[in-house]
Amino acid sequence: MVGFNKWTKAKTLAIFLLPSLLGMTVFVILPIISSLGLSFTKWDLIGEIKWVGMANYSRVIKDPNIHGALLHTLQFIAGYLPSVMIISLGVAMLLNQKLKGVVFFRALYFIPVITSWVAVSMIWKWLLNPEYGIVNYLLSLIGIAGPGWLVDADWAMIGVILTSVWKDIGFITVIYLAGLQEIPGHLYEAAAIDGVNGWQKFRHITWPMLSSTTFFVVTISLINSFQVFDQVWVMTEGGPAGATSVMVQQIYLNAFRYYKMGYASAISWVLFIIIFAFTFAQNRMQKKWGYSDE
Amino acid sequence: MKKWTSFALILILVVSVLSGCASTEAPVATEEPAATEEPAVTEEPAVEPVTVKYMTFSAAPDHIADLEAMIAAFEKENPGIKVDYETVGWDDYFTKLQTQVASKTEADTFELNYENFVTYASKNALYDMDALMAKDTAFDPSVFNETALNAFQLDGKQYGLVESFSNVVMFYNKDLFDAAGVAYPDPSWTWQDELAAAQKLTDADAGVWGTFAPIQFWEFYKTIEQNGGKIFNEDKTEVLIDSKENVETLTWMIDKINKYNVTPNDAKMSGQSDGDMFKAGKIAMLRSGIWMFGSFADADFNWDIALEPGNTQKAHHFFSNGVAISKNTKNPDAAWEWVKFYTSSQEAAEIRVASSWELPALTDETLLAAYLEQSPPESREVVFEALNTLVVPPVIESWNELTDIVGQELEQAKLGQKTPEKALQDAKVALEQLIQ
Repeated sequence: MVGFNKWTKAKTLAIFLLPSLLGMTVFVILPIISSLGLSFTKWDLIGEIKWVGMANYSRVIKDPNIHGALLHTLQFIAGYLPSVMIISLGVAMLLNQKLKGVVFFRALYFIPVITSWVAVSMIWKWLLNPEYGIVNYLLSLIGIAGPGWLVDADWAMIGVILTSVWKDIGFITVIYLAGLQEIPGHLYEAAAIDGVNGWQKFRHITWPMLSSTTFFVVTISLINSFQVFDQVWVMTEGGPAGATSVMVQQIYLNAFRYYKMGYASAISWVLFIIIFAFTFAQNRMQKKWGYSDE
Repeated sequence: MKKWTSFALILILVVSVLSGCASTEAPVATEEPAATEEPAVTEEPAVEPVTVKYMTFSAAPDHIADLEAMIAAFEKENPGIKVDYETVGWDDYFTKLQTQVASKTEADTFELNYENFVTYASKNALYDMDALMAKDTAFDPSVFNETALNAFQLDGKQYGLVESFSNVVMFYNKDLFDAAGVAYPDPSWTWQDELAAAQKLTDADAGVWGTFAPIQFWEFYKTIEQNGGKIFNEDKTEVLIDSKENVETLTWMIDKINKYNVTPNDAKMSGQSDGDMFKAGKIAMLRSGIWMFGSFADADFNWDIALEPGNTQKAHHFFSNGVAISKNTKNPDAAWEWVKFYTSSQEAAEIRVASSWELPALTDETLLAAYLEQSPPESREVVFEALNTLVVPPVIESWNELTDIVGQELEQAKLGQKTPEKALQDAKVALEQLIQ
């Protein structure tokens, strides 16, 4: 009887999973497999597929455009990741207080998250406009001549990072908020009895208790920011003079502008390997040094 | 309760799968041809009408009504053929076409600009029109401008009919010239004359700039010819982009921004297009395409056009669009009728001229007379005078890569990250790999 039940359960599960599994196979799994195959070929979509072995991969390693794009992607991560984490943690701690209207603020901080990237990018492009933008206007009020932002090669990436941090604060905040609410109150009570100050509370209770949350946040953000593209494409198209060109943009350009499907696939797989290596290393580090209550 | 939950789950699944499928098909902007035709004259047995699909980038957004008028005229003349059109924006057009050709779902007939024509013809995606032309006794190739028609040949075979052409001239704001007391540009002008005028016309306090030309690939390959330079040698086996003349040209282009301050930099333009700034009276001289006539027609100042000043010689852009038939079409004869009508018939050409939808590349003088009569600009004959010194794009098969590589080097030079010499030397190295 138990066996029969299990069988029915599996059947029901299969029926429920089938539609999305089908979609996923056709639109995700098969393309992934074929991109691996294509990465060893030369193909312009129209002509014949030619086998070229490892040639695409050795070109990726030598291509100065890819080096530039990887460097800019790492610059983006270096600017984006710490900022979004620190600010979100701060906001989460504020929103974790028993304040009036705290629910309203929580919702407010989440609005950018559900807004489309294209809309956000367009708005920020306007905010950061060097002549007519409100950011430079506000800076001028306190006597600072604002930079050219997106049209200035030295500032464009900072503009992109700023926009990305603004958009993602809400998402990371929600995760941290959940983490904060998981921390048992008695730890703080005990600490209060021992007479610890605010910083010590944070350093020895909050931060260690949040370590698995932080791990999750770092992993998710790292993977996402290696794939940064939308905001760059809308705000700068990789410019000025290629100063904000990123990895996914190189994939896009090679695939859909230069019609080099094989080469674009190879770049995708190199990017996959990089992300995998980072995540793997991070996972190892977490196991070694991280605090875990399990 | 449970029933409802499972019902909701199923609903969500179905919807998500459906939307997944739907999103693979890009929205198609086809429009059914207007209602039914007049009651068919029943002399011949009614034939099932053949549908010819046509994809275009140049009709939207300003000329959809004109295209529809052409289709209506065509369908009236050819009751057995219906035309379904689809417009796709320029930015996505070739990505879409490439994918469609790859999956053999492309339209029977589609528009190609000259630069991309070479790519598609050499990839063997187009229908060889020679047989269709030979069969059609009513067709006379001499109605076309010969040079323009021959541009759509590859290895002596016709793979497309030329639809239209356009070029770039110098637009100038007469009111600003009058106010500054500067004589209008004339054909004898050189870069030096342009600079002298621009310096008088520039008024930094009022935000008025003397002259503007973008620093990008298209502007570059024309401007170097005004100084006797080239990107490639004749048979495109050698890269000449870093020649002394070209370094001089790029230096001149950049100096107008940084040294002479007669052209706004990117920060000063702040995302406005050069056309918008001209129309707002902020640019006195603008190198731009004749496709701006329509947009500038309602400017609240007087403007006209002139030939571009050159340095050692004159040079003007020449852009051309053509229409090709897909190699995979099931109705080559019907497709041919439509392409022929659309590119060369009197009716279509008249509609095109009346709305300044570029210019038909036809020899019919009366058509051109109608074009010249229109105003503004007053000096429309300049459009044809510019053709005497036309420069065709230096097309190679990896055209998009070429434009990106050179474009990026030019931008680095513009931003002062590289000297013009270094930028062009670097471009040369990259282009040499490209044409290997």
